[in-house]
Amino acid sequence: METLMALVVGALFASGVYLMMRRSIVKLAIGLVLLSQSANLLFFTAAGLTRGSPPLVPEGETAPPVPFADPLPQALILTAIVIGFGVLAFTLVLVKRVYQTVGTDDLDEMRSTDT
Amino acid sequence: MGILAAVLSGFVVAVIAPWLTRWLGDRIGWVIAILPLSITAYLFTFIPAVADGEVRQYSLQWIPVLDVSLSFQVDGLGLIFALLISGIGTLIMFYGGAYLQGHHQLGRFYVYILMFMASMLGVVLADNLITFFVFFELTSITSYLLIGFDHNSEASRYSARQALLVTAIGGQFLLVGLILLAIVGGGWEFSALVDQADVIQDHSLYLPIMILILGGAFTKSAQIPFHFWLPGAMAAPTPVSAYLHSATMVKAGVYLLARVNPTLGGTEAWQYTLTTFGAATMLVGAYLAIQRTDLKQLLAYTTVSTLGLLTMLIGIGTEIALKAAMVSLVVHSLYKGALFLVAGTIDHETGTRDIRILGGLRKLMPITAVGAGIAALSMAGIPPLFGFIGKELVYEAALDMDTWAVALAFIAVVSNVLMVAIAGITGIHPFTGPERETPKHAHEAPVAFWLGPLILGALGLVIGILPGLVDARIISPAISAITGEPVEVTIYLWHGLNVMLAMSAITVALGVVAYVFREQVRNLSNLTWELGRVGSEAAYDGALVLLDIVARGQTRIIQNGYLRFYFLTILVVLVVAAVYPLATYGDIEIAGDLNDIRFYEWGVAIIVLLGAYMAVRAQSRLAAVAALGTVGYGVATIYILYGAPDLAMTQILVETLTVILFVLVLYRLPQFATLSRPSSRARDAVVAVTAGALMTVLVLIVSNVQFEPPISEFHAEEAYPLAHGRNVVNVILVDFRAVDTLGEIIVLAVAGIGVYALLRLRLWEDRTEQ
Repeated sequence: METLMALVVGALFASGVYLMMRRSIVKLAIGLVLLSQSANLLFFTAAGLTRGSPPLVPEGETAPPVPFADPLPQALILTAIVIGFGVLAFTLVLVKRVYQTVGTDDLDEMRSTDT
Repeated sequence: MGILAAVLSGFVVAVIAPWLTRWLGDRIGWVIAILPLSITAYLFTFIPAVADGEVRQYSLQWIPVLDVSLSFQVDGLGLIFALLISGIGTLIMFYGGAYLQGHHQLGRFYVYILMFMASMLGVVLADNLITFFVFFELTSITSYLLIGFDHNSEASRYSARQALLVTAIGGQFLLVGLILLAIVGGGWEFSALVDQADVIQDHSLYLPIMILILGGAFTKSAQIPFHFWLPGAMAAPTPVSAYLHSATMVKAGVYLLARVNPTLGGTEAWQYTLTTFGAATMLVGAYLAIQRTDLKQLLAYTTVSTLGLLTMLIGIGTEIALKAAMVSLVVHSLYKGALFLVAGTIDHETGTRDIRILGGLRKLMPITAVGAGIAALSMAGIPPLFGFIGKELVYEAALDMDTWAVALAFIAVVSNVLMVAIAGITGIHPFTGPERETPKHAHEAPVAFWLGPLILGALGLVIGILPGLVDARIISPAISAITGEPVEVTIYLWHGLNVMLAMSAITVALGVVAYVFREQVRNLSNLTWELGRVGSEAAYDGALVLLDIVARGQTRIIQNGYLRFYFLTILVVLVVAAVYPLATYGDIEIAGDLNDIRFYEWGVAIIVLLGAYMAVRAQSRLAAVAALGTVGYGVATIYILYGAPDLAMTQILVETLTVILFVLVLYRLPQFATLSRPSSRARDAVVAVTAGALMTVLVLIVSNVQFEPPISEFHAEEAYPLAHGRNVVNVILVDFRAVDTLGEIIVLAVAGIGVYALLRLRLWEDRTEQ
């Protein structure tokens, strides 16, 4: 199952960076989302996958029944998802603002600070 | 301890100088002058001990691992320089206060000049090579600030940069030279290296060391072909020029030559190099000086000439030559300081420094005239002034040589003839003749203006009449330090009727003739003016232009402003840097088992892949956002499959919000357009797919390796007993790693504020449009 997920990670990474290399600034933002999905999934897969056993402690026990999915990467990815959202929100508003001010969506035309 | 305080006190007072200036107003010059005056007084206490051949040392550990200590020594050589620096510094400080009275940056002036003085003291008193170098470079930096003091003037900035570049590049040579010297000589102290002279001079690195150190000394002391920065340095306010030229900055190179003389000197290479460059500089400096009409420029070029003389004398290296060098050093400091200050006073009072306009000031400025006159006579070498003794000794030293005696003596006479003429032009001509119309009507300047020149002039006269005051006390210990062995010299005003006296008489006679016919001499010498176009200054300017071209070219390539090229570069470097070690490392197991995959896992994976493909290929914004949503929910499903329900919930929430956000701003965003050419799309695709493949391989490798047991065992076992939570992920977030979560919340809050600000922001342009 790691093999399949590794393929998904690679494909998401490739599509993310390909979009980020486009000249259109909106594609840059979409590429950013794909890239962060890829990064989260990479971390998730690299830590090892366990099917269907979340790290939950059942009633009456003091530890989750073995085997359970590694909780630490999950906690880190959770943080990453939320922060990724913050970054995306900021990027989107910035893109909108830039387009409004500069009047172009072509990154090649945003090479200097003077408009 | 006292030495350390004497050196570093300048830096301390420099820090508080701006407040002192604000507080004390016009009296600031007199108050600041107390510092160099007390340093001078303190240095005087060393004279008896140093005259007895003692060397006082003080050392403080600085970087013990590297053998770098903050060590200082007071020997004859350091003392003579330090006395000039602090003594003339005293005069400069109160002169500067009067000269720049009311200047809005007087405080800054004192910051710079105090740091400069302290750095110079550090240079001449340092014993450790690195300590010496640090102070040496500090003089370059502080003189840069001083020369560029009037930073609104382009000429000033140009000169400051020129001085900094030339001396700092020389400084780099010096650093390498000093390090090699320490390695070869096996010690980091000047005082220790003296004993290793034989070892160093027989070493195969001797010649490189000598050349590197001379590189530092020649650039600092403006020897040909590096002489051009020095006259530019007179763009500084006059008190600074007076200080730089007379006692400090440019003498640092000469000091360095004298300091390493017992270690490196005495060889043929040393002698020939120093005498050749010195003699050439002496002659060219005097010749370039006579061409000028600006008082300060005239004086600046004669400084070049004198520096050449001192270099030549150290190169000759005989006892008589070193005696001539030390006497000339003192003579020059006294008269050059005085004449520069007088030039500043004249400028201040009349509004011009052009010798073709000046004249007849003796009645208007009698006291200044006296100071200037005495200094000029000393410069011209008229008895009984100290300059006379200096010139006699120079001739004696030249004639004393085994080879080249006549040639050097001839060069010395020609240069001195020009010096006599320039002494007349700068110190006598402005005060004699009929009164002329000047831009401002001149008056005698206040006491702070004429006190300095008068004191310096008087000193030249007193020492000239009574050379016994200094010979055994100051000059002899200095010569001992330069030769490396104890020397006793006596100086007489009257040497008897001999060749030197005849040469002196000829010099003065020809000099007076040249002074009388100064207009003609200047016009004649100006015929060669065009030669300056092929000189080293032109090479310097050319090098700067070339530097600009190269810098602009490489900025265009590296900092090209295309985001996607930066990105492309990063990816290519990443792939190459990762593939190479992976390929050579060998023995890597790649998990590649596709058999254990269940059919619904295939399903989810294919949905995510299709979504990603759609996002890339989408022709409309809405389709791309829909594809993005597909990917997001697909990834959420993967989280569910592998036991991460919290991640899945968060992902679904965030994905929903993302899609909503995109749709909200979508119609404010531009339409998708295909901007890139097919060829660049193909190139990007290849790079992207390669990078993606690399990621896949990396994941496969990593998931096979486990270096350490996971620490999440602890979290899982202790989540309930310690934190009373049944969801281990939640417990980690809000308990074990709560501070991380706090940080995350702060990041989100900042992003939120940013979003709000950007949405509310009304740019100035927008307002005008509305």
